[in-house]
Amino acid sequence: MELMVAIGLGIVTTCAVYLLLRARTFPMVLGLSLLSSAANLFIFSMGRLGSWVPPIVMPEAGGYADPLPQALVLTAIVIGFGMTGFIMALAVRTRYQTGSDHVDGVEPAPSRTPRDEL
Amino acid sequence: MNHLLVAPIIVPALMAALLLILHRAPVAVARALSVGTTVCLFAMALATFAQAEPGSPLVYQLGNWPAPFGIVLVADRLSAFMLLLTALLALPVVLYAVQGWDARGQFFHPLFLFQLMGLNGAFLTGDLFNLFVFFEVLLIASYGLALQGLGPERLRATLHYAAINIAASSIFLISISLLYGVTGTLNMAHLAERVAQVRAEDVALVRVAGLLLLVVFMVKAAVFPLYFWLPAAYSNAAAPVAALFSIMTKVGVYAIIRVTTLIYAADANAVMELTSPWLLPLALITLALATLGALGAERLATMTAYLTIASVGTILTAVAIGGGEALSAALYYLAHSTLIIAVLFLTTDLLGRSRGAVGDSLHPGPPLRHAALLGLAFLFGGATVAGVPPSSGFLGKLMVLQSTKDGMAVAAVWTVILVTSLLTVIGCSRAGSILLWNVTEPDRVGLDHPPRPGEWMALAGLAGCSMLLVVFAAPITRYTDDTAAQLIFHGTYIDAVLGPPRDDLVRPHTMGGAR
Repeated sequence: MELMVAIGLGIVTTCAVYLLLRARTFPMVLGLSLLSSAANLFIFSMGRLGSWVPPIVMPEAGGYADPLPQALVLTAIVIGFGMTGFIMALAVRTRYQTGSDHVDGVEPAPSRTPRDEL
Repeated sequence: MNHLLVAPIIVPALMAALLLILHRAPVAVARALSVGTTVCLFAMALATFAQAEPGSPLVYQLGNWPAPFGIVLVADRLSAFMLLLTALLALPVVLYAVQGWDARGQFFHPLFLFQLMGLNGAFLTGDLFNLFVFFEVLLIASYGLALQGLGPERLRATLHYAAINIAASSIFLISISLLYGVTGTLNMAHLAERVAQVRAEDVALVRVAGLLLLVVFMVKAAVFPLYFWLPAAYSNAAAPVAALFSIMTKVGVYAIIRVTTLIYAADANAVMELTSPWLLPLALITLALATLGALGAERLATMTAYLTIASVGTILTAVAIGGGEALSAALYYLAHSTLIIAVLFLTTDLLGRSRGAVGDSLHPGPPLRHAALLGLAFLFGGATVAGVPPSSGFLGKLMVLQSTKDGMAVAAVWTVILVTSLLTVIGCSRAGSILLWNVTEPDRVGLDHPPRPGEWMALAGLAGCSMLLVVFAAPITRYTDDTAAQLIFHGTYIDAVLGPPRDDLVRPHTMGGAR
């Protein structure tokens, strides 16, 4: 299970980094929320992975899941949600004020390749 | 229990919420409440400072839960120092803002108070996860403040600023949970104990967490190669906001000092050997590049923003040198640079407003009506930031230079600091002569928004504090020496939080169950 979770987190983080580097506001917002999801899952997995273990001490369960990372994840989700909402509003506002969804507010000049020169 | 410690967090939070409810009330009400709260915070910071001074850190257990389980607030000398510096900066800034800046955007005062709450919380907390939470509080307030007045430039700069900080927050979460996964605690004092005794197979994980934390704090502190967001964000922010932001980079520096002297201080596992070779070169490169940026700036605000980065470079140079003397120098320089950068941002605003359409761009413009006073303010700011004797910048840089002992480091640190000081003098004199002397239309005195008396008073207050740093240099350095000693012998901090070590009390070792 650990390997599956680790590979999954790696894939999500890779996608997040790819989207962040697209330099367009909407993919950037998506990338940031994917990144925070990956971080949240990582916090969760730091409480150790296990199935059918309750987060309270019960003699018959034979173990208990660490409740603290779950509380941390809850806090991180709330904060991440607020931040995503904010940057989404900011991105929309920037799009309308600058007329471009590029993160610099201006469309980059089309790159000239040697073929164009000929 | 001493409830004074939680007050600098609760009072601004409640007042900010109240101001949000009252946001339709006349602006005078918001101004009175905001200034009143800031004065109140100053009094609380002074009281905390006086109580924390005698040595043993003050500890406040939230909800009265004992230390490793509950969340603690800790005020040692460093926290009290930062708290007082924040209050000392906030008071002139809010006085400056109520002269008219606060009416240009919405919710200035609530955001300002939330920002102060986040700053105070970040300085007081003794829990790593709470440090993250307070970072987020001060960041979201700072996004709102940076947007004050809107406009495409501010939106663009804030978008970059928000994006890099949200990405950094995710890295912060990963490093925190990594530390928790290895040590089973988030209390910083408890972490210090656990990291020192970590098992050999976990050392690599602890190192990774430490380096990730360093990356996050370097984003906040704007250290090379992570400072590119700062010049645009700071130079486009409204003047009082930019002045308040001069403490924001120092939060990152504070976190670096706290983590390296407390959690990663125990060198048993050679964790620090991994980070220390990086810190000094990065600090020196930051200082050099930021000074070049200041030389090349086309606007006075951009130049001041680059000088902010340069000040971080100098402080981190001292932190990287390490040892009591260097840490003490770093703290003195931190206080000096916070105040003087704020002076420069406010002067920039007054100069720019007086020059009509040219603004603060470094091009010839109409003559100024208050040229003598504005020139004096700029001369003071420029000379102090460059380190011309007898300013606080001179004393600060002297202390950093004196604390360098090691042969190779002496050559590098002395060269970079002295050359960048010279370049800063050149940059400031170039900017000053263009702004004040290079006049295009001598007949037309352009003065759309003359400086108000209150704005002069705020500026004079900040400049006065900067001068007091020189006058009272001896007692202040004695305090920073004591602070550095307390940071290095961090046993008092750990004992204050966790209680004196007792044999019969077995501290809980693993909180996680299903392993």
